[in-house]
Amino acid sequence: MEQDSVIHIDQLSKIYTVNEREAGLVAAMRSLVKRKTRAVQAVDSISFSVNEGEIVGFLGPNGAGKTTTLKMLSGLLHPTGGSATVLGFRPWERNRDYLRRMTLVMGQRNQLLWDIPVIDTFELNRAVYRIPEPQFRLAVDELTDLLDLEPLLQKPTRNLSLGERMKCEIAAALLHRPSVLFLDEPTIGLDVTMQRRIRQFITDYNMRTGATVLLTSHYMADVEALCKRVIVIHHGKLLYDGELRGLADRFAPFKTVEVELRNGVRGLPLAQYGELMAHSEGRVTLRIPKAETASVTGRLLAELDVSDLTVQDPPIEDVIEHVFNQSPDPLDHPDRQRPPSE
Amino acid sequence: MFAYYPIYKGYFRTALMVQFQYRIAMLIWLLGGIIEPLMYLVVWRTVSEQQGGSVGGYETNDFVVYFIAMMMVSHATFTWIMWEYVYRIRMGLFSVMLLKPIHPIHSDIADNIGYKFLTLTVMGPLTLLLAWFFEATWQPLPWTLAAFVPVLILAFLMRFYWEWSLAMVAFWTTRIDAMNQAYIVVGLFFSGKLAPLSLFPEIVQRAADILPFRWMLAFPVELLLGRITPRELLIGIGAQLFWLFAGYLFMQFIYRAGIKRYAAFGA
Repeated sequence: MEQDSVIHIDQLSKIYTVNEREAGLVAAMRSLVKRKTRAVQAVDSISFSVNEGEIVGFLGPNGAGKTTTLKMLSGLLHPTGGSATVLGFRPWERNRDYLRRMTLVMGQRNQLLWDIPVIDTFELNRAVYRIPEPQFRLAVDELTDLLDLEPLLQKPTRNLSLGERMKCEIAAALLHRPSVLFLDEPTIGLDVTMQRRIRQFITDYNMRTGATVLLTSHYMADVEALCKRVIVIHHGKLLYDGELRGLADRFAPFKTVEVELRNGVRGLPLAQYGELMAHSEGRVTLRIPKAETASVTGRLLAELDVSDLTVQDPPIEDVIEHVFNQSPDPLDHPDRQRPPSE
Repeated sequence: MFAYYPIYKGYFRTALMVQFQYRIAMLIWLLGGIIEPLMYLVVWRTVSEQQGGSVGGYETNDFVVYFIAMMMVSHATFTWIMWEYVYRIRMGLFSVMLLKPIHPIHSDIADNIGYKFLTLTVMGPLTLLLAWFFEATWQPLPWTLAAFVPVLILAFLMRFYWEWSLAMVAFWTTRIDAMNQAYIVVGLFFSGKLAPLSLFPEIVQRAADILPFRWMLAFPVELLLGRITPRELLIGIGAQLFWLFAGYLFMQFIYRAGIKRYAAFGA
């Protein structure tokens, strides 16, 4: 559905040139004359599209190229190759109409002015984004309500806790009602309650405005709560683009089988059925190679006194961890999914 | 231009609020800006008195008025942006500015004017106090006073554009302290800050005509003192417009190149 895509990326690449220097005084002097540089491929020919109103999780380990991609899409970085359009704009041209319709929230960056009350930063954003007064009031009221900002608005930023600051950062970034949101670790460093609050808010905002959201997070709870679709990159390459629940099918070579036994587990040769993950009185969890799931469950039922048996995909966190650990180079990965062709 | 009015209003408001938070720092900054011209004032006044009341066409009272006017003009036109950009780039604050749908120079201009507006409350009375203390006498000509306003605005803008552009060097290296220092030292000689330019050798005076520094500081000061003829005023305004335009072009060029580099190496 090309015509609905708000974000469209085609073979996007980014190579950084970084200076390299060995330790020591001699190396320091040598670097004065001859500087050694190294090219680092941060993003390697990735392609994908995101449709209007979608919330897509953008996953990968540290250094995978997620933030670099988000920076290219928000216009902070020029790509080395490939193309991208967001809302019909080429982001790195930083057209003002584009900047008025998108936002980038980065967990560790702040746009709130340190010394003045939060509401005054909001007022400044109203002027800079040319938000009409009634629309601004409405947005502040709505965001105050959704994020519970009332007690924070009159406080200077420096007096806020990390969680409070993050809520205000998000609000400041959304006053102009952007239709595309790039959220880079929006819940980083926040406690569980605050994380849940931010997640709920993103869902509400998406529902109310129909905004398109591309979000990175190391917290799988964020991804599971918000994203039906995920894009996984590793070493700058696209590894997977599809439904979150399909990730386990594609990458996890095992299933989790939970068995409840009437006569307890003592003395039973459970290790012969699969890898023993956990066991307690009468209950055991096994990890079984996917291909053997049917035969092993059959044997379990036939050979043991089973009162209940469930077969599940492993937790998504385990799957992701497995993907990143197993695939140093995604090109070599037998299960690598190619980007969907439009 | 009119479209920028609400944005500037917002920036001024914010700049004033931030400055109010740093009243002591503001006073210390002010003190730094006052001590330098005051020192030159005392030195040249003493020299003049020892030389029988006049040096190179400047009488003792002229030196007093010159350096008090220099203090005011210098304060009105100075910027701190060359020191600020390195910090901005290192701390990633520049990325936040780039995401806004407005050129970052506007917030810097508003910030600068906001500071000047606030410090005027100290600088104004201080000027009168110094004039009283050093028994300065000054009889301004109405036409020089009228011309002073646009000349000061042009001086401020040209200085702002050039120093904002030089600050962009931070995109290539974050160690620009030495460059900043070199700029200040060269400016000290050719701007008339150290001494009225007519006291310098002929070659320095000719170089000062060619370089921009004179038109940033000495020219408005000499105008206030009534040492500029109407013809020299027109030439001076022409030089200011030339340097302002050149500064604008330089700013456009270096800003684009700087952003490209910033975007290539990692924002």
